[in-house]
Amino acid sequence: MKESLYQYLLLLGDNAMILGHRLSELCGHGPSLETDIALTNISLDLFGQVRNYFQYAAEVKDDQEKTTEDKIAFLRYPHEYRNVLLVEQPNKDFAFVIARQFFFDAYHLLLLKELCKSKDEQINAIANKSIKEVKYHLRFSSEWLKRLGDGTAESHDKMQAAVNYLYPYVGELPSESPIEKEMKEAGIGPDLGVLRTAYFAQIKSTLAEATLETPQFFGFHSGGKKGVHSEHHGFILSNLQYMQRTYPEMEW
Amino acid sequence: MSLPIEKLEEEFQAKIDAGHSIEPKDWMPEKYRKTHIRQISQHAHSEIVGMLPEGNWITRTPSLRRKVALLAKVQDEAGHGLYLYSAAETLGISRDELFEQLHSGKAKYSSIFNYPTLSWADIGAIGWLVDGAAIINQVMLTRTSYGPYARAMVRICKEESFHQRQGYEIMLTLCRGTEVQKQMAQDSLNRWWWPSLMMFGPVDAESTHTEQSMKWKIKRKTNDELRQQFIDITVPQADFLGITVPDPDLKWNEEKGQYDFGAIDWDEFWQVVKGNGPCNKERLDTRRQAFEEGAWVREAALAYAEKKEKAKDLAKAV
Repeated sequence: MKESLYQYLLLLGDNAMILGHRLSELCGHGPSLETDIALTNISLDLFGQVRNYFQYAAEVKDDQEKTTEDKIAFLRYPHEYRNVLLVEQPNKDFAFVIARQFFFDAYHLLLLKELCKSKDEQINAIANKSIKEVKYHLRFSSEWLKRLGDGTAESHDKMQAAVNYLYPYVGELPSESPIEKEMKEAGIGPDLGVLRTAYFAQIKSTLAEATLETPQFFGFHSGGKKGVHSEHHGFILSNLQYMQRTYPEMEW
Repeated sequence: MSLPIEKLEEEFQAKIDAGHSIEPKDWMPEKYRKTHIRQISQHAHSEIVGMLPEGNWITRTPSLRRKVALLAKVQDEAGHGLYLYSAAETLGISRDELFEQLHSGKAKYSSIFNYPTLSWADIGAIGWLVDGAAIINQVMLTRTSYGPYARAMVRICKEESFHQRQGYEIMLTLCRGTEVQKQMAQDSLNRWWWPSLMMFGPVDAESTHTEQSMKWKIKRKTNDELRQQFIDITVPQADFLGITVPDPDLKWNEEKGQYDFGAIDWDEFWQVVKGNGPCNKERLDTRRQAFEEGAWVREAALAYAEKKEKAKDLAKAV
């Protein structure tokens, strides 16, 4: 059970970390100062959540090697990262950034609403703290989705292209992995089946409000929860792990 | 009946001499307005170009704690850019015009940001030295005569001094760490020391703006005075870290109660100012690219806002 809880915390933390990392790449490169500040803010919130999850995971691990939040974040092997493929997708343009963010935020908020009722006190507390931040994230990404979807013809086309490209990655979020099944049964995590319906309904209605089409279902890409990632993942890790790998065993 | 210009100028100078602040709606000489647009926008540009060298390490921070601190710091700089552009806008120029001046190379920004960040220690050194030097300039500016600029500086100074302590703490951690970390810190000080001294601008005898700026209380101390103040504060900090300032001529002058220091390489300074520093082209290209690639986003936001406005008007009419 301890190992499963640990794995579940990785799953929660890794999504926030890899998305936070993608957003952090944009710091100083946003389309305006205001969006630059907002995206960095979301990245900061996500890394704050990562620290909460990983500090707790380090406690849960309770091993001889004295696991820390940083060892968990920076010193795992690639297949040990549990994030979904969606959050690895690169910042192709601002429309991609917004589509990826919206797809994640909509799921994230639904998930946190459920985790606020978790039987695990720590997860419960982290979710209650994070939910305020994530409400803001979803507001930001849905507003931009509408602005770009219903802005100019050019922005509409770019937004639709990003939605079409990323839509095949959304199915992985509410697909139950063995760890999530175990957590559901223990009353720690939610029933993703229920969440899934609400999630797709929300995607459809927000996309419609943004004058965008919901793409046809063509099957979904997945693998991240099992540690099978996209080609992008290795490059993310080579940045993320650079200092800890190049200068091992030091205090920073 | 309007007053003759000489009379207005006299009253303006009397106001400054009496220590009153000048506000956007007050009469001001055209040159005062232009000088402020130049200086405030140069400062704003420095904040946003300054995000880039530090941003270079955001994805590679050695710990999560450092990641959050660095993200927050670079975000603060974007915020400073925002207040400063707003302060400049009170003088009758738009943010887009100011960006245009930056991108065309007409407007300058602090030359220090044309140096590369090559190691994690550079993030420490920038906080310690570059923010340290900036604070010395900026504390003076909290009492500058133009109200909106002075008020923006009060807020900025508070955050900068936090950044400076954070940078010094990075250096301290490195200097108390392994030999490799200490070398990293020393190498970083070697590369950032002289460019930091150049941040105060040319020596007084060659500074073209100093005299007028002192008269208008835009500046209250000269470049050389400020530089000396920085050296006197910083050298003991380097001693405490146990690393060496890369200046063989640096020594304490008992009589003057300050440090004597070696000659600054002003050729290098002017080369970097003219655009030939190690990263000038890269920094400007990056800013231009972000701006150009963001054009369709800004247009869409505007078009959407107009649509919503029209819909509101229509609803009212019905």
